[in-house]
Amino acid sequence: MTNVEFNRVDTLVEHPVLVDVQGMRQVYHKGDNPDLVVLDDVSVTIREGEIVGLLGRSGSGKSTLLRIISGLLQASAGKVQWCGKPVTGPCEGLSMVFQSFALFPWLTVLENVEIGLEAQGVAAAERRQRALQAIDLIGLDGFENAYPKELSGGMRQRVGFARALVVHPRLMLMDEPFSALDVLTAETLRTDIIDLWIEGRLPAKSILMVTHNIEEAVLMCDRIMIFSSNPGRVAAEIKVDLMHPRNRLDPEFRALVDDIYARMTQRAPAGKVEKRVADGFPGTGIGMALPRISTNLLSGLMEALAAEPYNGEADLPDIAGELQMEVDELFPIAETLQLLRFAELEAGDVRLTEVGKHFVQSDVDMRKRLFAEHLVSYVPLAALIKRVLDERPTHMAPYTRFCEELEDYLSEDMAKETMSAVISWGRYAELFSYDGHARAFSLENPS
Amino acid sequence: MTLHHPALEAGRKASRIPNIWDAAAFGLLFATFVLFIRGGHETFAPIDALSSTPISLDPANLPEYALRTVLRMLAAIIASLLFTFVYGTLAAKSRRAGLVLIPILDILQSVPVLGFLSFTVTGFMALFPGRVIGVEFASIFAIFTSQAWNMTFSFYQSLKTVPADLEEASRSFRLTGWQRFWRLEVPFSMPGLVWNTMMSMSGGWFFVVASEAISVGNTTITLPGIGSYTALAIQDKNFGAIGWAVGVMLAVILIYDQLLFRPLVAWSDKFRVELSAGGEAPRSWLLDLVRRARMFRRIFLPITHVVSALPRQRMAFPVAPPRAAMSVWRSVWVDRLWVVAVAAAALYALWLIWSFVATELTGPEILNVVWLGFLTMVRVVVLMALATVVWVPIGVWIGLRPKVAERVQPLAQFLAAFPANIIFPFAVVLIVHFKADPNIWLSPLMVFGTQWYILFNVIAGASAFPNDMREASSIFRIGGWSWWRKVILPGIFPYYVTGAITASGGSWNASIVAEVANWGDTKLTAVGLGSYIANATTAADYPRIVLGIAVMSAYVILFNRLLWRPLYAFAGSRLRMN
Repeated sequence: MTNVEFNRVDTLVEHPVLVDVQGMRQVYHKGDNPDLVVLDDVSVTIREGEIVGLLGRSGSGKSTLLRIISGLLQASAGKVQWCGKPVTGPCEGLSMVFQSFALFPWLTVLENVEIGLEAQGVAAAERRQRALQAIDLIGLDGFENAYPKELSGGMRQRVGFARALVVHPRLMLMDEPFSALDVLTAETLRTDIIDLWIEGRLPAKSILMVTHNIEEAVLMCDRIMIFSSNPGRVAAEIKVDLMHPRNRLDPEFRALVDDIYARMTQRAPAGKVEKRVADGFPGTGIGMALPRISTNLLSGLMEALAAEPYNGEADLPDIAGELQMEVDELFPIAETLQLLRFAELEAGDVRLTEVGKHFVQSDVDMRKRLFAEHLVSYVPLAALIKRVLDERPTHMAPYTRFCEELEDYLSEDMAKETMSAVISWGRYAELFSYDGHARAFSLENPS
Repeated sequence: MTLHHPALEAGRKASRIPNIWDAAAFGLLFATFVLFIRGGHETFAPIDALSSTPISLDPANLPEYALRTVLRMLAAIIASLLFTFVYGTLAAKSRRAGLVLIPILDILQSVPVLGFLSFTVTGFMALFPGRVIGVEFASIFAIFTSQAWNMTFSFYQSLKTVPADLEEASRSFRLTGWQRFWRLEVPFSMPGLVWNTMMSMSGGWFFVVASEAISVGNTTITLPGIGSYTALAIQDKNFGAIGWAVGVMLAVILIYDQLLFRPLVAWSDKFRVELSAGGEAPRSWLLDLVRRARMFRRIFLPITHVVSALPRQRMAFPVAPPRAAMSVWRSVWVDRLWVVAVAAAALYALWLIWSFVATELTGPEILNVVWLGFLTMVRVVVLMALATVVWVPIGVWIGLRPKVAERVQPLAQFLAAFPANIIFPFAVVLIVHFKADPNIWLSPLMVFGTQWYILFNVIAGASAFPNDMREASSIFRIGGWSWWRKVILPGIFPYYVTGAITASGGSWNASIVAEVANWGDTKLTAVGLGSYIANATTAADYPRIVLGIAVMSAYVILFNRLLWRPLYAFAGSRLRMN
């Protein structure tokens, strides 16, 4: 795999700076516990005339950054400027497209589009005219009087775009705008937006989009900022100088996608002290945050890896394409396998270990035994629960005993998710049983 | 697509020629105006008018009485709505206000409605000396207290659960507070609010009837209305007149439902947030009629223009408050100051109550009232249990048969709205005739009007029971008691709890009317807290009224906290489908 370098004279330098974020940090305070750092030392500059992508997996704080730039959230520290002025609340000249569309169900398409203009106090006649223009531009003619619930997902997101464009924003923020759509619809909509952009008909001066879809980022953006997780940092910035319209099969395009996959699975450089050296999850020891991944997905991925054509080793973009999964779905599964030492991740590849291969070939009981062994060995929380249950004469322990300990390290939500991950893995491994009514762990299995 | 597109229909080229729907809509509208004017006219009459034109049992007067009753109801619902918007918003938007307002609302909710009446009638009469309107206000206030609290709770809950993405969208588009209220928060809360208003209404008829013939000490006022008509009929032992009253009441509720609530429910359907066009949308012939009437829409266009333009205005403060002032206002010190102020007010209030109650009342009396409360509670518990045993199987049977449910469901809702106090006399006559013990036989009256809430909620639950689970249970041959215990009872439980909470609250309220019943000169009394309050009210014995009401509120609060809330939480967390 080669690192693709592009050298082009940056023609944007003279364009006015819209967003200027320097040394920004976002922290959540949580009682007496150590603060949870969501974003750390983030610097971003966005100029007029470019499409910038924020790429990272969930929990990397990219959506938080988007909300800080839009003024919906206040940064804990650092400089955040919009058009040269500090951001104190939702800014003028910005608009936003939401992942969930965020349309008002009780308003028609036309009324939904008009709402941004209402907020600016635009007179009724002009409002109507501009809204109709935006609807026309985005290809919603004929749907003006429909209610959102009568539209398909793709049409709803078109309303979302029309609503964001009608105010003629200097910067349009997009929060994973295509991820709630099916593959075909998403592709059509992306192409439409890019076509309008190339033709200069899109009434937005710049676009900042959050995505976890690598190909989408390469397809649309002029510049991609890759975020690492926990805390969120800008790990790399990549310029994309391919000509529009871009072709997904173009070797340069593929090389760039491969490069980004590699960067996103790369272990932290040795010199930098980071918590996530051993594996992808934040925190160490008991306080490691675990994703809630079903054991079916874990064995499913291992089986797919073991089978033809991969025979135990696969390129992440390939297997992501075959399994129709996005980074956000695939990475946590692969990383859980890595944590349990069933697979290894390196340079955009995922490879089954010997034990992983053994797992795939085993029957149900053997699989459970293997899983239990590795769970105790490599997941400290599971080991702790098992040890406490063994030590106590009653062989029982309440849920809160562990959850509260976790909350010393993690936020409440993350602690809950980690607990439910461990419960479901422990149940599968028959390491312990858990009674959801009584909220208690025990060693007994119901007889 | 067989979907109904009212908006698209409206967008079609409108013809200028009036159609048949116009005629119908016009007729209805202007008839309503005329009725309003007639009813309103008498409201401003001097109070002597009440004694100079006493209630007459001539059935010919009933339509007018019914109109007066309906207007009172309408006034109360408008007042409740205003209260809801102001109180709910304040409680949801201001953390400090919410700290105080929500517990107050919770307590207000458990104060028996007729208790309010005993307090307020003299106050309202003093506000408008010598005018009928003072008494009208007292009656309207009583109805208001039966309606406002759950509406406010519903609105508050909605405000607290506005979807985060819609909230963010409206903030990022920089909608002002005013715009956000009308374009986001009110529409979002609409389905819940309409449903709760409907429930409030259905409870309200009971109190409108009870509050028209008010007698506190020597002050006896009978406002013209169905309630006072019934009261007079009871006094005169006139069965025929009571029959008429029952008939007119049925008609009024039916008309109210068709002309006001069906259209409202059908209209509010568009505010539901779920973004799919599934399920049967509620329909209303009146709403369809108005939507189809061309001229009608055209004439009212200027009015709808103004009404729909108002929420779109920015209405922002011309200058933002200075930052320094804002940071002081948000500081912890203002929080502390606020807590101290609230605590001081609460202490003063306690002292005030104590000094009022302690003037005449002794320890043993207070204990006695608690004992009376216990008796009433036993009645409520036993009767709720009986109603459950009777109506749950029947409701399940009906609910699992869609054809039957379709017919019975509206009837059950209708019966829940019907003011049971109108038919109390029939029960009294029976008790007197059979010389039965009023302590036992008056009790059923408490649940007479409220048991229907259990029935129609159970029907709704059984109708919503998923078909695949029914099929699964029949394939696995689950039958008999284990079918009830494992399949259907958990399935309907959340619905049952909802119905039972309403029913139990209603029963406590009804006890004030049900534990004392009259038929001419015959007066039947059941020993209990309800009759204690009723007697204290007749005697204008304020300390005892306060004591009785406080004890009843305490019982209701305990009942809610110790029984209904845990059950409700259990139903929500364990037994919810999906």
